[in-house]
Amino acid sequence: MSFERIKEKLEILADAAKYDVSCASSGSTRKNTTKGLGNSTGMGICHSYTEDGRCVSLLKILLTNYCIFDCAYCVTRKSNDIKRAAFQVQEVVDLTINFYRRNYIEGLFLSSGIFKSPDYTMERLVAVAKKLRLEENFHGYIHLKSIPGCSDELMREAGLYADRLSVNIEIPTETGLKLLAPDKKREDFIKPMTKVKNEIIQYKSEKKLIKSTPKYAPAGQSSQMIIGASGESDQQIMWTANYLYDKFDLRRVYYSGYIPISYDDRLPHIGTAVPMLRENRLYQTDWLMRFYGFKVNEIVNNEHPNLDLDVDPKLGWALRNLQLFPVDVNTADKLMLARVPGLGMKSVHKILHARRYRRLNWEHLKRLGVALNRAKYFLVCESRDFERRDLSAIQLKSLILQNSTSKYQPLLSPQLSLF
Amino acid sequence: MLEVNALQILSYDGTFEGFLTCVFHVYERRLTHVDIQPSHVAIDSLFDAREEIITDFEKSKRVWTGLKSKTSSNGRLRLMYAFLSEQAGIERHLLEFIRYVFDSKSIVDDDYSHEAVLKVTQVAKSVGREKHRMEAFVRFRLTKDDLYFATIEPDFNVLPLIQKHFKSRYADQKWLIYDLKRKYGIHYDLKNVEMVTMELPADFDPVNTSEDFFAEEELKFQLLWQNYFKSTNIESRKNMKLHVRHVPKRYWKYLSEKR
Repeated sequence: MSFERIKEKLEILADAAKYDVSCASSGSTRKNTTKGLGNSTGMGICHSYTEDGRCVSLLKILLTNYCIFDCAYCVTRKSNDIKRAAFQVQEVVDLTINFYRRNYIEGLFLSSGIFKSPDYTMERLVAVAKKLRLEENFHGYIHLKSIPGCSDELMREAGLYADRLSVNIEIPTETGLKLLAPDKKREDFIKPMTKVKNEIIQYKSEKKLIKSTPKYAPAGQSSQMIIGASGESDQQIMWTANYLYDKFDLRRVYYSGYIPISYDDRLPHIGTAVPMLRENRLYQTDWLMRFYGFKVNEIVNNEHPNLDLDVDPKLGWALRNLQLFPVDVNTADKLMLARVPGLGMKSVHKILHARRYRRLNWEHLKRLGVALNRAKYFLVCESRDFERRDLSAIQLKSLILQNSTSKYQPLLSPQLSLF
Repeated sequence: MLEVNALQILSYDGTFEGFLTCVFHVYERRLTHVDIQPSHVAIDSLFDAREEIITDFEKSKRVWTGLKSKTSSNGRLRLMYAFLSEQAGIERHLLEFIRYVFDSKSIVDDDYSHEAVLKVTQVAKSVGREKHRMEAFVRFRLTKDDLYFATIEPDFNVLPLIQKHFKSRYADQKWLIYDLKRKYGIHYDLKNVEMVTMELPADFDPVNTSEDFFAEEELKFQLLWQNYFKSTNIESRKNMKLHVRHVPKRYWKYLSEKR
């Protein structure tokens, strides 16, 4: 292959794919039993990190950035005047294998602009995955994009070779979608997601009866929403996410702060800051929903449609529910411990183990690595020393903010910085 | 009085079995005021009594069997990981951990409120992190003899821990990972993984991909990878602090995308 040509294509098509934030390479096991290449243990590996701090785990590229759609928020939209390129199927296969052999990557994340038709595009994505699995005996990770509007038959085939399939719904609200992506319909996103979900259920139940049933998309499905492009509230985002987790058994929903790429009047203009802090708060909420036993409407609801930017969502929730605290570290159950600000699931786990041996005091908690600057107001332990004042939520919040530093301080500070 | 207070130092050859043999001696001779040190570290001092312990596989095996009934498999793994940290004085914590475990009726290796248990767990965690980092940061380069070759300088002695990972992952290619700091490597010949030591050529520069040693297309793939790495970065989100936290500078030397 011609390295010069490949190099140029790779630059264009990696650059276009970078706005897709999904990078997971975990959640799928493919044992290398045939002395082939690659072995997935279910644990992902981040092989490098870009200068923006995001991990590089997969070779993330578009098959092509030619596209028949004109979605306002997308760099590869039809009306955008940019360089276009397209990989051949074999070129993607060769790149993937050679990068994998050098331990650069965990596998391939292949997406694409839609050229000719959804089916035509999906066929080529599937062809890459099929070649990797059948001809190269490749057991690494493959993430394919489900092209909205493609046929059920192709989706079924895709799941046989890919570990993960994803459809990005991008715009959390129906009205936003109508405004920014008039060519796309909600149903087009829903259809492949439903198909994949049903296939996963079916293959799993068959696997129980017949052991030789092949794997079908073992790392499940994911999706992504763009944050801050269509004026949506945090409540709308999180309720949509919750719906996706509920209805389609998604493994992950990613939130991607909108990076301004055009002067379109419907969108934030170039030069507008990326809403990174908001993105961070949304991820925290997502984690609270998935791992900490919170219901979405406990965190965002009609009274609190948006998350606080200055405190994390769990602390925000605790400040609204002070009647539930303080909690006794030595007796509280796991779910209640998980709701204490400053205790992560790892600390909770360590506390549960350690308190079997002795009653814990502040010194123990500190050594276990608990963030006491927040937790101390919400806990009692084996010590006569605890917060006795009946502080109001506002007092408590300012106390905690005084005694902690945030990496987002410059963003939060009301003072204007000139330099 | 001096004799009673003298610290008994048992020195061993630096292997895990050697360390366990020392533990055996501690129990057999009921030593209380004792420390275990690798021989290359242990120095003779006026007041301490130093004794060289010869590694004995029978004895070390007995200690290990004893540990099996008193620890969880995770606890034993942590013990081993912490040992491979090669940190000065780690043997003291390991011995304390082992004593606590043997003294207790039930399995206590997850009692993080005990000092030695917590210490061993924390050190094991750093070693685990280094292991994971090496699984991520090893960069193979294809040599003229069809061997995928990588050089590393890890903080801890993690080669024994990453061997299995690389063996099952790269089952169809010959590879060699060489630890330049500890001067040994692991080599896979399509069948088995073996420990090797080697004389590197005098003019061998581990950072440079010289055409004398490496395959013709090797540099081209490095270039593609570097380019890919650059194109996938989002300039408006730049966050060097986070970047360096994930990829500490001491690893940059052998990462082709960071050179």
